[in-house]
Amino acid sequence: MTLRGAQPGGNLPGETLSRILIEERRHTRHLVDILQDIQAAEGYLSRDALLKVSEFLDVPASAVWGVATFYNQFRFSPLGRHPVRVCMGTACHLAGGRLVLEAMSRELEIEIDSTGEDEEFSLERVACIGCCALAPVLTVGADVYPRMTPPKVEEILVTIKPAGASKNKEKRK
Amino acid sequence: MTFDEIYRRARTQWESQYTGEIPHVLIGTATCGRAAGSMAVLEAFKHEIEGKNTRAQVSEVGCMGLCSYEPLVIIIKPGDFSVCYHHVTPQVVPQLVQGYLLGDDACLELALGTVAGGGGEAVYIPELERFNQETRLLLSQCGYNSPLQIDHYIACGGYRSLSKVLKMKPADIVRIIERSGLRGRGGAGYPTAAKWQFCSKAKGKQKYIICNADEGDPGAFMDRVLLESNPQAVLEGMAIAAYTVGAHEGFIYIREEYPLAIERLRLALVQAEAKGLLGENILDSGFDFSIEIVRGAGAFVSGEETAMMAALEGRRSWPEYRPPYPVESGLHGSPTLVNNVKTLAYIPQIIEQGDRWFRETGTKQSPGTALFALAGKLNNTGLVEVPMGTTLETLIYGIGGGIRGDKKFKGVQIGGPSGGCLPESLLNTPVDFDSLKEAGAIIGSGGVIVMDEDNCLVDTAKFFIDFSQRESCGKCTHCRIGTWQMLDILENITTGKASVADLDLLKDLAEDVKSGSLCSLGKMAPNPVLTTLRYYKDEYQAHVLEKRCPARVCKELTAYYILPEKCERGCDHCVLACPVEAIFSDDKGLKVVDQAKCTRCGSCELVCPVEYNAVVRLSPVNLVPPDRRTRPETTSKEL
Repeated sequence: MTLRGAQPGGNLPGETLSRILIEERRHTRHLVDILQDIQAAEGYLSRDALLKVSEFLDVPASAVWGVATFYNQFRFSPLGRHPVRVCMGTACHLAGGRLVLEAMSRELEIEIDSTGEDEEFSLERVACIGCCALAPVLTVGADVYPRMTPPKVEEILVTIKPAGASKNKEKRK
Repeated sequence: MTFDEIYRRARTQWESQYTGEIPHVLIGTATCGRAAGSMAVLEAFKHEIEGKNTRAQVSEVGCMGLCSYEPLVIIIKPGDFSVCYHHVTPQVVPQLVQGYLLGDDACLELALGTVAGGGGEAVYIPELERFNQETRLLLSQCGYNSPLQIDHYIACGGYRSLSKVLKMKPADIVRIIERSGLRGRGGAGYPTAAKWQFCSKAKGKQKYIICNADEGDPGAFMDRVLLESNPQAVLEGMAIAAYTVGAHEGFIYIREEYPLAIERLRLALVQAEAKGLLGENILDSGFDFSIEIVRGAGAFVSGEETAMMAALEGRRSWPEYRPPYPVESGLHGSPTLVNNVKTLAYIPQIIEQGDRWFRETGTKQSPGTALFALAGKLNNTGLVEVPMGTTLETLIYGIGGGIRGDKKFKGVQIGGPSGGCLPESLLNTPVDFDSLKEAGAIIGSGGVIVMDEDNCLVDTAKFFIDFSQRESCGKCTHCRIGTWQMLDILENITTGKASVADLDLLKDLAEDVKSGSLCSLGKMAPNPVLTTLRYYKDEYQAHVLEKRCPARVCKELTAYYILPEKCERGCDHCVLACPVEAIFSDDKGLKVVDQAKCTRCGSCELVCPVEYNAVVRLSPVNLVPPDRRTRPETTSKEL
């Protein structure tokens, strides 16, 4: 089974995995829960981990893969050290969230919904995070940045990572 | 321990904190408060009180629904007014502690108002006009009692209803709910009692209860606020429902995107079990009921009840054909009752206060209150609870405080991606299940997004279709491919590539998707398009015929232009801000946007100093004077 799109990986220590794959969860109804715990521990769902889950539940890897790819929450490659999420909920959209997302993509020089080559930053669009009164909103890790604008994007990147941020600006000079 | 003993202990504990000798500081730390910085305020209060000669307590509470005033702090002072402070920062905390907590200065310049009610009565701020128009049943104690302390809930009447129903016959409980006229708050408005009746009569050894907390509509957050502010009410409602239908296992299916709500629910469960209010042999009645929290994994369709059950069984979240309805054959083939968070949270109050009390609020066909998340271009955004039948006008201009700035109202989107967009002429529509449906919208999840003249309705419709298209599970062809094609047409309209015939095609397709889809996601996905086509046809026509976006939002139809008569030659703000070097100076030193290079990011408009205000958006793009569209050859050589 190749599970096209899943990265091999193997960062997940065996003991962590055995803490997740416990006997009382050996039923397909715990599949989503198991995948969530693995992603929380590993940061994403690696090919190795998915195959172990398939073996543990005694269901075909294709079935595990089918469920994992159905839900938006699951990733198959790691996030950056600074995961950036730009809210694309209704309120944020109406307040110009799209421009913020594009500015972020431009400043970080990474595509939307991907991770940069140096794995410093990743950029995702997410559905509503429930801070509609502060729209448009983005989060970097656990920090919430309210009322964003394209110029502000540059400002916050400078505070997060002074050395690598604002590549555009340097080029312009 | 009997319930009376549990109550007495809780009441003593509550009174010592809220009406006793010790000052009590309440800090709103729901997700919205945290986003505004309330955790730093909490730390600042703890730090500031430490070492001072006071026994003052600090508690984390949920959300009062006043999003635009966050972070909020309430100081309860024995023998004095309780005062609510808004936009609190760590910097003003010493002033509040010295001023009001320890001294006699109420720091009125930082105050939003006094706090009245509490202890079972709805909490309100008399100085705020909006509370006159609200009726708070579900939000009654939110942002006041702590969601981290079960005693607060019990002391204010919580779990009394459960202790009461455990001595009643299930049929009598159903009758109370039936007479109350309660309709499901998940969006469809199905009579709750009928569901309960079917499920309690259904044959099956095992029955289940599911609390639907998969609030996926982008722009709605009522369930999150309830679960973060008063989780015990939902647990009690579930226990009552379980006893009524004869279920012993319950699940709360909640979005994984709500980590704080999950955390507070988990704590609430542990506390309720410790008191013997959930688990085995509840209050010595012989009735067992346990609840498991299941995290969703990010699929909008999971909010549909059959899709939710598929998710709970560890499968792809695909909806199934009904009948059989879940109340007959649901989770693992057993009779299953699925109710929304809000529906369940009403139950304890209806049992406690009676069905007549519930009917005093709202309309005949839709009794009770409606919870809305107000967002968009309003002065006061946040969560509101109004009687069913309140008009949209009251919601927007009364409670919402009208449109922000000097802008003009354009439309209001109700019910998220499944709802519709209503124009000014329909602002007198009462919000209840049936009136909204007639107008083409739905109460749905309760998200209310207000748009002003700067918002493009075609773009908004495209946004919702884009959402539904991404979230379509793929089971039904009409939904899977139809929404995709609709998005394609809308994309053409917003980029000026569509013809008049496309508008008819769009409408036909929308009707087809509506009738050809199995579940509500597909059935209702075309609503935003159909309502905007119905009420804002001229806006569509402007895009198609004149290649003009009236709100100047659609990028391909809009150009950024710098007015030479307003531009200041010494200023370079826009040049520096432009990420693609599209702005240059003409021979007089005035700035010009090179339309070929411009990506329409809007940075120049944002940074242009207000005293000049020289950057404007023009639509159609040919409004830009021909001599100021691109960089002349000679200029670029000179540079």
